[in-house]
Amino acid sequence: MHELPIAENILNIAVDYAERAGAKRVTALHLVIGQLSSVVDDSIQFYWDIISKDTLCMGATLQFDRIPATLVCLDCGHTYTLNRELVACPHCDSIRLKVTAGEEFRLESIEVET
Amino acid sequence: MTKIVPVVQEIMSANDSLAAQNRAKLDAAHVVGMNIMASPGAGKTSTILRTIEALTADYSLGVVEGDTANVTIDADKVIAAGMPAVQINTGGNCHLDAVMLSGALVQMPLDDIELLIVENVGNLICPASFTLGTHFNVVIASVPEGDDKPYKYPNIYRGIDALILNKTDLLPYIDFDMAYFRRGIEILNPDVAFFPISCKTGEGVAEWVAWLKERVAVYRQ
Repeated sequence: MHELPIAENILNIAVDYAERAGAKRVTALHLVIGQLSSVVDDSIQFYWDIISKDTLCMGATLQFDRIPATLVCLDCGHTYTLNRELVACPHCDSIRLKVTAGEEFRLESIEVET
Repeated sequence: MTKIVPVVQEIMSANDSLAAQNRAKLDAAHVVGMNIMASPGAGKTSTILRTIEALTADYSLGVVEGDTANVTIDADKVIAAGMPAVQINTGGNCHLDAVMLSGALVQMPLDDIELLIVENVGNLICPASFTLGTHFNVVIASVPEGDDKPYKYPNIYRGIDALILNKTDLLPYIDFDMAYFRRGIEILNPDVAFFPISCKTGEGVAEWVAWLKERVAVYRQ
């Protein structure tokens, strides 16, 4: 539900870096989004098309690199990725877990024309 | 010519840096900030009123109320309890963010208060993504919401310091599997402090308030 402010943040960061690189326009954005970040690609895309109008980012494509949630069990050391629902360690049923991936939420790079 | 410009910046960095400024402002005024999140109807305002009642002898408090509409029902209740309250109307937005809190801090008499309670907008999804700069975060769940909420809304339970389960007086009437609920929480956040309470009967409120007092004392040192 908060994809609009997120899209605005992405736009601000991308325009900032594009201006500093002396870009004429931005053609693509590479986003790294972990599974545990509750954002919907389609919603961001929807807002993106509207708010990027008349900016350096107009027409730029959003490329989402989705990172699965990975957990490591602190008791038996087993590492596993989540398919859907949150589950205890499938090896020893422990709930002492550490998330090692899946929380990413960053703009990795932009592709620009100079 | 086409080229790749590396960015590697957190998308929420603008909000996060403003949240850091909010924290610095609270620290400078020796105010401890607590962000309370919950779904609509979990009992945020009732819990805050119970908390105010139990804490007024020890600390001077202020409350920031986040609401999606321009109603002052919650703020009025807090003011009636004798506390400074600032209402943030989010204009339909589903969460508070650091910008909104920063606007509210300007209106709050920070020099006169020791604990600032921030009541976030009733929502289990969006507030989890927006840090505010408070010192700790609390979620209020409630028995009628069901025992499956940790599994359905995992993000909100991660990174919180305390979890209150309100409306325990309804446990005899509702199929709520406490062990299943707690297991979900423990997977997400094994160190969270857990307080089953009933704002209606007052059961469990003393334990919650004791924990809160201790936390406030630690941060104020």
